[in-house]
Amino acid sequence: MNNELPIGGIDQAPCVMNAIEINNLSKRYGKVQALDGISFAVGQGELFGLIGPDGAGKTTLFRLLTTLIHPDSGSAKVDGYDTVNEYRIIRSRVGYMPGRFSLYPDLTVEENLQFFAATFGVTIEESYDLIAPIYKQIEPFKKRPAGKLSGGMKQKLALSCALIHRPSVLFLDEPTTGVDAVSRSEFWDMLAGLKKLGITILVSTPYMDEASRCDRIALCNEGKILGIDTPKGIVRGFDRRLYGIRAKNMFTLLERSRRVAGVEDCYPCGEQHHLVAADNFDVAMFKAQLSDMEDVNIVIKEPTIEDMFIKLMKR
Amino acid sequence: MNDVVISVRELTKRFCNFTAVDHISFDVHKGEIFGFLGANGAGKTTAMRILCGLSYPTSGSGTVAGYDVMHDGEEIKRHIGYMSQRFSLYNDLTVWENMRLFAGIYGLTSKQTEQRSTELLDRLNFSSERNTLVGSLPLGWKQKLSFAIATIHRPEVVFLDEPTGGVDPVTRRQFWELIYEAANEGTTIFVTTHYMDEAEYCSRLSIMVDGKVQALDTPARLKQQYAAESMDEVFRTLARGAKRGE
Repeated sequence: MNNELPIGGIDQAPCVMNAIEINNLSKRYGKVQALDGISFAVGQGELFGLIGPDGAGKTTLFRLLTTLIHPDSGSAKVDGYDTVNEYRIIRSRVGYMPGRFSLYPDLTVEENLQFFAATFGVTIEESYDLIAPIYKQIEPFKKRPAGKLSGGMKQKLALSCALIHRPSVLFLDEPTTGVDAVSRSEFWDMLAGLKKLGITILVSTPYMDEASRCDRIALCNEGKILGIDTPKGIVRGFDRRLYGIRAKNMFTLLERSRRVAGVEDCYPCGEQHHLVAADNFDVAMFKAQLSDMEDVNIVIKEPTIEDMFIKLMKR
Repeated sequence: MNDVVISVRELTKRFCNFTAVDHISFDVHKGEIFGFLGANGAGKTTAMRILCGLSYPTSGSGTVAGYDVMHDGEEIKRHIGYMSQRFSLYNDLTVWENMRLFAGIYGLTSKQTEQRSTELLDRLNFSSERNTLVGSLPLGWKQKLSFAIATIHRPEVVFLDEPTGGVDPVTRRQFWELIYEAANEGTTIFVTTHYMDEAEYCSRLSIMVDGKVQALDTPARLKQQYAAESMDEVFRTLARGAKRGE
């Protein structure tokens, strides 16, 4: 890279430690408390993941941080600017990729990009170095209407458009939902590349297995944050012994295991069921109680983010 | 007794000179949970539309629930259950009204409708919600209700198209328990998913790449065959070999 515009445009940001600061933020829609007094901060250059299912409040948080809606209470700062009073400045500094495809289907790939560049008063050439790793993959189709692109290509175009004005903070709302496992993995590789350039990224996903690609994550559900830590830190917080169990009839195994003393929880997890053990759980006794079942097998398991999420949800 | 519920041979669908589904063959047996995987654009949706009687193949042959995929699309539609990735019940109708609507579409008599709805509501522990508007139910309940309604006419086979997208991990598991239970009672389940851990719940899996069934076996044997730790790894190995994009 040489003599390009710095990330975040010409103006330097006020000296701040955190790219995003969220303070007791709440938002309600009718009877639904979409966000319920959440607080956290995202450091500059951090790749931060919001992990949670539909209805967790992820999109509401994005809309608040990108200044599209106002909170009922609480406050938030992006790049040191207040999302309510200084929304104009924030809008010029952040890139936002909403969950729904929101480009113009009747414009071509290139026209969409030009449109976004013009809106922010930049040119494609000025930012080409930044978007090149992503945009090059769809450039052969630049004369194609955006509506006629495949899902993966739309996603790349949307990311290119969100980057065109060299934002300092990037908001990505479920960029990988409905995308197959291979394309998802490639998308995370692209994010890792952007992070290296110093861009702060707040990204949401319902897929727990993507959590490990983030520096830190917030597990969220129904407008609340269940926990914030590094992916490893989250897993370390799982303070129970966890076992993986198998048998010939997995459905019966599930029902039977739940009735054994010392079994705190038991749920399907891939090829095994995971069994969360209370202090009084005893492996030998467990086996003895299920001795009439065929091929029962029990091994110690390392907990995953998903195990922790389930535990926190049930608490 | 013949326990094959879905059987296809050399099933092919061409759009102009693009072969979306390219000579696929497989059998699905009664009570199986059959996972139908593939990268975006591999031809899954096209194949599934044929199996659901929504589209006819260009060539090949097959039966679903005893009906010919070449000619009997209408009969197939009547005899299968289908649950789409998009929530497709009516939010402004109550639980019971939704059941009555779908039972009517599938030609159940009022007596059968009453019997079957009561039975399904009991099983889901939902009887108290009979007159609740579906729109006000939590997502997980909606999903369970959708599955129940997809089986209201007691189909031999239920097609589930990414049934758990965006659902929290606890509800996702409760949903899979319903699937296990249905399969345990002999209903055949044909399911697509992007969650590779869910793929492991299936009795057998097929993985489509570029319109072809590239692999078909139990999750355990597929992992063994590809010397992989997880289905995710198997899937990536296969899907990376794809020549065509979405």
